[in-house]
Amino acid sequence: MRNGLERTLPGRLVGVSVDAQGKRAYRLALQTREQHIRREKATSNICTAQALLAVMSGMYAAYHGLSGLQEIALSASNLARQFANSVKSGGGQIRSESFFDTVCFSFGPSEKIVSACLAAGYNIRKIDADWCAVSFDETTTMEDLFAICSAIGIKSEPAVEIIETLRSETALTHPVFNSYHSETEMMRYLRKLSDLDLALDRTMIPLGSCTMKLNAATEMAAVTWPEFANAHPFAPANQSLGWRKLIKNLEDYLVEVTGYDAVSLQPNAGSQGRGEGHRNICLIPSSAHGTNAASAVMAGMKVVVVGCDDLGNVDLTDLKTKIAEHAENLSAIMVTYPSTHGVFEEGIGEICASVHDAGGQVYVDGANLNALVGIAQPGKFGSDVSHLNLHKTFCIPHGGGGPGVGPVGVRAHLAKFLPTNPLGTETGAISGSEFGSAGILPIPYAYIRMMSGEGLKLATQTAILSANYISKKLQNHFPTLYTNENGFVAHECILDMREITKETGVTVDDVAKRLIDYGFHAPTMSFPVAGTLMIEPTESESLFEIERFINAMSQIAFEISEIRSGKVKIDDSALRSAPHTSHVLLASDLEADERLHRAFPSGVNPANKYWPPVSRIDGAYGDRNLVCACPPIEDFAL
Amino acid sequence: MSKVPDNLSYTKEHEWVQVLDANTIRFGITDFAQEALGDIVFVTLPAVGDDIASGESCGEVESTKSVSDIYAPVSGRVCAVNDLVETSPETINQDPYGNGWIAQVEVETSSLSGLLSADEYLAITTAS
Repeated sequence: MRNGLERTLPGRLVGVSVDAQGKRAYRLALQTREQHIRREKATSNICTAQALLAVMSGMYAAYHGLSGLQEIALSASNLARQFANSVKSGGGQIRSESFFDTVCFSFGPSEKIVSACLAAGYNIRKIDADWCAVSFDETTTMEDLFAICSAIGIKSEPAVEIIETLRSETALTHPVFNSYHSETEMMRYLRKLSDLDLALDRTMIPLGSCTMKLNAATEMAAVTWPEFANAHPFAPANQSLGWRKLIKNLEDYLVEVTGYDAVSLQPNAGSQGRGEGHRNICLIPSSAHGTNAASAVMAGMKVVVVGCDDLGNVDLTDLKTKIAEHAENLSAIMVTYPSTHGVFEEGIGEICASVHDAGGQVYVDGANLNALVGIAQPGKFGSDVSHLNLHKTFCIPHGGGGPGVGPVGVRAHLAKFLPTNPLGTETGAISGSEFGSAGILPIPYAYIRMMSGEGLKLATQTAILSANYISKKLQNHFPTLYTNENGFVAHECILDMREITKETGVTVDDVAKRLIDYGFHAPTMSFPVAGTLMIEPTESESLFEIERFINAMSQIAFEISEIRSGKVKIDDSALRSAPHTSHVLLASDLEADERLHRAFPSGVNPANKYWPPVSRIDGAYGDRNLVCACPPIEDFAL
Repeated sequence: MSKVPDNLSYTKEHEWVQVLDANTIRFGITDFAQEALGDIVFVTLPAVGDDIASGESCGEVESTKSVSDIYAPVSGRVCAVNDLVETSPETINQDPYGNGWIAQVEVETSSLSGLLSADEYLAITTAS
């Protein structure tokens, strides 16, 4: 990418900046490209990414290094070459001499070749009546090659030449690709990296709107079973009966959960699961999930924003005005229910009816489905289409953003618009494979089967109860911004810091960073309302952990009160210098008591202390001096 | 309290306008706007020669936490832009009414009808 295009680059960027001590620190750069900020002009989606898969690929390169990768490539390519030679000397043809690991060949009718290989235990690709293709990789052995040749009826020739790489310049010179080539070293490297993280294995991640619930070991175990992990996405249907049964069952469960008539598991993210309609105006309340506007624009629609009232609900008068204004071209409304303000909107039925009456369709964003499962069905309260996030509501790991699965559920009249098989004759596929990211579907399947209907309902109730408990327990310190008329929130609550900031100068950043000293991941900051913190505990957190969080927030409220009373100046406060690294505190000339308070505030056991690796990061510096390449190797010298 | 100099005119979208001569005005974003945005990290300017229309977006200001459109305060043709804010966007935070100006526009007459006085603008910012 050349300079000047950084802001149009899709996806998330990890960039280099400096921390409060001037030391190098990494953080997500250019976060304003994200959908929840830039809305219809966004180029990145914070909710779903393929970060986990990117990490796996990175570790593959780190483990093998340049020479290892070359060896793998050569071995695959040499096997392919050997196979091509065998075909030629057996009297067959190959389509091209320029190939890497895949040989397209002809040796009699394809049908016969494919079934002979299948009988020997190999799936090969039929291209047309005369041509087939075979691919080789580092898992292919000489025995496999012999078996395939013998099935086809040719003699396997020895490789006549060992090809060498043509690439002359070097690559992967960074130390990370040259240090961890044994399992022991790799294990320690991974451990070192995970020690830097404040993840679900240490603390609740109270990020509102993210639903960071438990990803249970049992739910994930099956993903590694070879029967699931090693199946090809286009394996013949009669070889993937179990897969198909699991997928069909999962679709049926999701139909039952949502009250829709049909569900497609193909989309890889909620943002991919949206978008349908013939007219072009899409109404989006300001309280809808941040990604809605960008999805609508990608689907070629024009966004018209509907305002909210003081309670955070869709302003029904404004809605009716906008419907009247755009009645002719009204395509749809996209609402999030419960809303991103964390409230069950009482007007949802009226909203749906008003849009239907004007000939529009209703899209309910399933971002907050964790507050509905087992309690209410979007398909029954007036919505025509929804997407779900299996990586939120149904336990697929969400840290780093996915990989996601964003099934779309529709009522019967829209079922014909659901995604189609990419190998079929229709042109309605939105992923490269029929079932999208099928590899992770055993996770939601196991979750639903282990929970049962009753369990899922209890989980929803617990998630709502926990959010309300936190909201009530903290209300004297941090008032909840939006509640319904009875004073209740849904499954998350927005704590309003704006008065505190005005009075004392303490910002949401100060609180979020100080929470790290207490061993907590930050809540969502300044979304959906600037100057607030949004907290979603989910059903996965025990009362013990929730009390630990409430205690930390209450302690922080006390620290704020000391600034308010003038006892502590904000620039000298623990809040402003948080998070504290061990290095900073050991080198500090603060009184011993104050150093201990900063390191081990009440409720933090020194034996379990999480030490942040960097001080507060200067986000503006990194965005003004954008560097997303690794720092030069010299910087890593010990 | 953000600064609102008396000698400038304002829009409700938080731009200020200064009359340079009979046919030229200079504009930028207000102190209130830069404070609300936080650390500004990137600015997209209109191009010299662009015709801009009052009330329509002609650029963007990006901070670490938000992106805002720059709305043209007047209609006319852009005759100069401030390259300094492209290379050092923090200038807008440091000196919004001085070195942090955005662009200069050639207008038919520098009549500022429709713009707000300092007092009127101040009333808006204190109300919100």
